[in-house]
Amino acid sequence: MTLIPGRTSKQGTSLNAGKLKAEYLEVTSTVEMNEDDMKKMKLKDGDRVRLRSPEGEVVVTCRPKKASDLPSGIIFMAYGPSSSELMGSDTAGSGMPLSKQIEVRVEAVGAGEEG
Amino acid sequence: MSDKDNMTDNGTNTETSAAAKADAKAAPGAASGAAPGAAPKNGGDHIKIVKNATCTFCGCVCDDMDLTVDLKEKRITKAKNACVLGRAWFAEHTIEDRPAALIDGREASVEEAVEEAARILLEARYPITYGLSDSTCEAQRVAVAISDIVKGSVDTTTSVCHGPSGIAFQGVGETTSTLGEVKNRADLVIYWGGNPAESHPRHFTRYAVTPKGMHIPNGKKDRTVVLVDVRKTPSAPVSDIFIQVKPGRDFELLWTLRALVNGKKITADVEELTGVARETLDDLVARMKSCSYGVLFFGMGLTMTRGRHFNSGAVLALAADLNQYAPFVAKPVRGHGNVTGADNVVSWQTGYPFGVNFNRGFPRFNPGEFTTVDVLARGEADAALVIATDPASNFPKKAIETLRRIPVISLDTKPTETSRLARVAFSVATYGINTGGTVYRMDDVPITLRPAFESPYPGDEEILTAIRDKILALRPPRQDAAADRAAP
Repeated sequence: MTLIPGRTSKQGTSLNAGKLKAEYLEVTSTVEMNEDDMKKMKLKDGDRVRLRSPEGEVVVTCRPKKASDLPSGIIFMAYGPSSSELMGSDTAGSGMPLSKQIEVRVEAVGAGEEG
Repeated sequence: MSDKDNMTDNGTNTETSAAAKADAKAAPGAASGAAPGAAPKNGGDHIKIVKNATCTFCGCVCDDMDLTVDLKEKRITKAKNACVLGRAWFAEHTIEDRPAALIDGREASVEEAVEEAARILLEARYPITYGLSDSTCEAQRVAVAISDIVKGSVDTTTSVCHGPSGIAFQGVGETTSTLGEVKNRADLVIYWGGNPAESHPRHFTRYAVTPKGMHIPNGKKDRTVVLVDVRKTPSAPVSDIFIQVKPGRDFELLWTLRALVNGKKITADVEELTGVARETLDDLVARMKSCSYGVLFFGMGLTMTRGRHFNSGAVLALAADLNQYAPFVAKPVRGHGNVTGADNVVSWQTGYPFGVNFNRGFPRFNPGEFTTVDVLARGEADAALVIATDPASNFPKKAIETLRRIPVISLDTKPTETSRLARVAFSVATYGINTGGTVYRMDDVPITLRPAFESPYPGDEEILTAIRDKILALRPPRQDAAADRAAP
């Protein structure tokens, strides 16, 4: 799937409180996913998923979005430490990593599997 | 009256607009009109009102804030006219009790920390300066001077924001205007690859969608708003037309629009390629060619995806093409409060907007070589001066690994991952709330800050000036300077 990190209102307000605080870390560790994709993967609202890119992996909480709002194959999360963990450092000579177009594998995380 | 003055007078009465509702919907409870904290019931000598203060949270730099300040508690209790992000900005920047400076995690005096910072920068073979987009122009100027003196690199968060647009400006050019011109003239407003409802809530209500203007007497009713994005964001309800492009196909869609505007034939597979129907494209082209004044606002959906500066260049080229038919401009929507100032200051000091290196004693510009992600990911830098940003949580892992290995000097208003790993960490005052100075709005309009209350911590400019002076005092006499003096 393609991960698109971006800004959200909650990310913006919580970063003002502090980037080391629980709210910011929670906001930036939640991924939005097309509801049909979630059904296919037998995921429900609040389940934990592992995102893997060639650079790294993170475990985050997933939330459903209507198929009309978020196309199949696209997942969205607020910018933060989790999305940075998955981002490559190649800038193709531009200075800019591909911060909004990160190819990831998504898999469900069973109870007791985290860590 | 300048564009800025005009907007200050008229841009404040639109918080009940569709955009504000979209903003409220995006952040339930946050845009209810509640002020940050509760204002004291019995005002007194310790309550101060700051009229027309400036919010420096985002690039909108709204300068119509009426702040209620509790001088006893040193906090802003009400921020009239602020959006949801601005209210959080003013509410959360209070005076926190922590040391003004740390060296290796241990409390130190500011003087000791300044000396340690100067020593680190002098001893480094390749010191880098990075950040600066949440700092005043006056502080940015000193940071450039430090980079020049120690022959390192200076780069700003522009390189991971609209840096690709900066590259495109050099290659394509820019048809530009102030936001005041947009407010007063634009009847076609296109947002491409951005979500202002969540990132710049008052862009709609103060500058580009709902305000009434000189030639836009009915506000939003006189404008057509188009949103182009890969997903339906909370900005979509504000638009009259939402166009969903396939991810990674922005360049193809923009180039197709250029072809249609210029009367060229396009292939039949355009819908399959871009996800956008031919009829939708024809309708948009007709609107672009027949409007009275058009604007293309573009965001990081273009600069942070495949194509990068080619995407930005395509927007700029499309806007230039459209001037055959109507005045048409293209403007990047900038993120941080003074990232535009950083571009201006670094440009006027060095000739280039970001990613500048002084290693040879004169400025050189080369994105990919001197930009911070690259310099860190290749492990080249051996010291970093980081001002008002947090690369240790925002950068790719390889870059962060280098930051963990080298001595870092951090200036920030709050603890961050970067300040935690820093050899020297300064707690600084918040620009615009505690310190004055100059910032540039995203349309390159400079605005003077009106601080609300004093901080016990020094500002960025004060710390950087002290570091610069200490470097000048500690550095050995330059051999080449002596040779210059001896020359006939």
